[in-house]
Amino acid sequence: MKFIRWIPLTFVGLYLAIPLLATVVYAFSTSWNHTVFPEGLTLKWILTLFQDKEFLLAFGRSVLLSAGAVLLSVILVVPAICVIILYFPQYEKWVKAIIVMIYSFPGIILSVGLLKFYSVTVIPLVAVVVGVYCVIILPYLYQGTKNSLMTINGRQLMDAAELLGANKWYSFRKILMPSIYPGLFVATLLSFSILFGEFVLINLIVGSKFKTLQVFLVEQLNTSGHLASAVVFIYVLLMAILTFSVMQLSTRMKGANAK
Amino acid sequence: MLYSSFRFNNGFSLNQYKTIFLSDYILQSFANSIWLSLVSACLALIIAIFASYAIYTYSEKVRERILIIINLTSNFSGVPLAFAFIIILGNSGLITLFVQFMGWDWNFNLYSWSGLLLIYIYFQLPLAIMLIYPVFYGIQKEMKDAAMMLGASNAYFWRKIGVPIIWPALAGTLTILFANAMGAYASAYALTGSGYNLTAIRIGALLSGDIFAQPELASAIAVLLGAVMIVGMLISEWMTKKMRKDANL
Repeated sequence: MKFIRWIPLTFVGLYLAIPLLATVVYAFSTSWNHTVFPEGLTLKWILTLFQDKEFLLAFGRSVLLSAGAVLLSVILVVPAICVIILYFPQYEKWVKAIIVMIYSFPGIILSVGLLKFYSVTVIPLVAVVVGVYCVIILPYLYQGTKNSLMTINGRQLMDAAELLGANKWYSFRKILMPSIYPGLFVATLLSFSILFGEFVLINLIVGSKFKTLQVFLVEQLNTSGHLASAVVFIYVLLMAILTFSVMQLSTRMKGANAK
Repeated sequence: MLYSSFRFNNGFSLNQYKTIFLSDYILQSFANSIWLSLVSACLALIIAIFASYAIYTYSEKVRERILIIINLTSNFSGVPLAFAFIIILGNSGLITLFVQFMGWDWNFNLYSWSGLLLIYIYFQLPLAIMLIYPVFYGIQKEMKDAAMMLGASNAYFWRKIGVPIIWPALAGTLTILFANAMGAYASAYALTGSGYNLTAIRIGALLSGDIFAQPELASAIAVLLGAVMIVGMLISEWMTKKMRKDANL
């Protein structure tokens, strides 16, 4: 029965790793069109990329858009989630219903409705995308906040603080926020990485007027393969950093809870 | 969106739907999408079952490491993924060149159904494993030991106890994977532009006006796409219920 252990894993591992590795190698190779192995290694593509104003702008826009949406959610949505979980648990079923709806509406369907509805209003379409992003990451933020509140016994903590004379706003700011912060941070990193890779909505709703990294990448695909793979490399690197920090943080949190 | 799908020349009409059902092209896109999603979901599910089971047999530490890698690859989807496949399997891709170098006769076209299938399986796999993997926790070792003590063979255990326990989770996962593939747009768009006929691609083309924008028709197709997904969910729920009833008898 030993082969059952490693055959599927090797297969999956190779299947998942080969495209990733090939892209990374391609980003560093001088020319790789006629031979099985790259003809030489170079840093040229990465360096070119960092001198490319378009790329830097697109990268900046991506960060701005994703971070903006996440920040907006943390400021506006997370307090609302806290209030619902702590004081109005009977409304939680509505939040859950919204989450199911988010999962069952893929971007391609969503974009049709959004474009139809908002293209006739004065609201700029970029703002619409930010709004939708806030909705898309709701499930992750909700789950992250909820888990944190459960582990620290949020309601009792708030009651205790109020009993000691703190008002609600003060205890939320000084007691609740610091204690759910680690869990929330993991959720925001996760949300950020999801939004960073988003392509459908931004491409269909705003299009080339607001070029993010993903839109930039599609354009590069048609011009230079090496530059495109350099873009992918940087993207993968960023994702890897985000994933590892999420993992690290959550294992540390697990350890803290065990103590 | 629903409202707009019934509009034609500023009046109520079923015209958009008529257009869809009379257009072989759009119907073909639905057939392609459904078939591609179904096949990719099933294959990913089957591979994921074996892989999750294999992961489950390792120690906690190894398991966590494998899951980190899988988590990382789950972020590797959409446009970057399509690009990676062009590098290894495209017209001058790594494996394509290797095959030519070896002089084998091999007609593989990445920009076709089978190429798309490979890519779809790629982004379905991490998701499938992450959804299936916790299911194996549901089958505790004690259950298996107890069944063995009572004289059940390994195959008998899986047929009568293991599979019925994990079946609802499998059906649910299959539905999610199916919906995931039906709604996927970025990879196919980056790979084939509007070349290969998929429903999501059609909607995108009608919206952005690659030919000329027809948002009403796009709305109608989107409504139907949503309907297909809901039907998929209902079928899986119905099958789960039926399985449960059978198990009770």
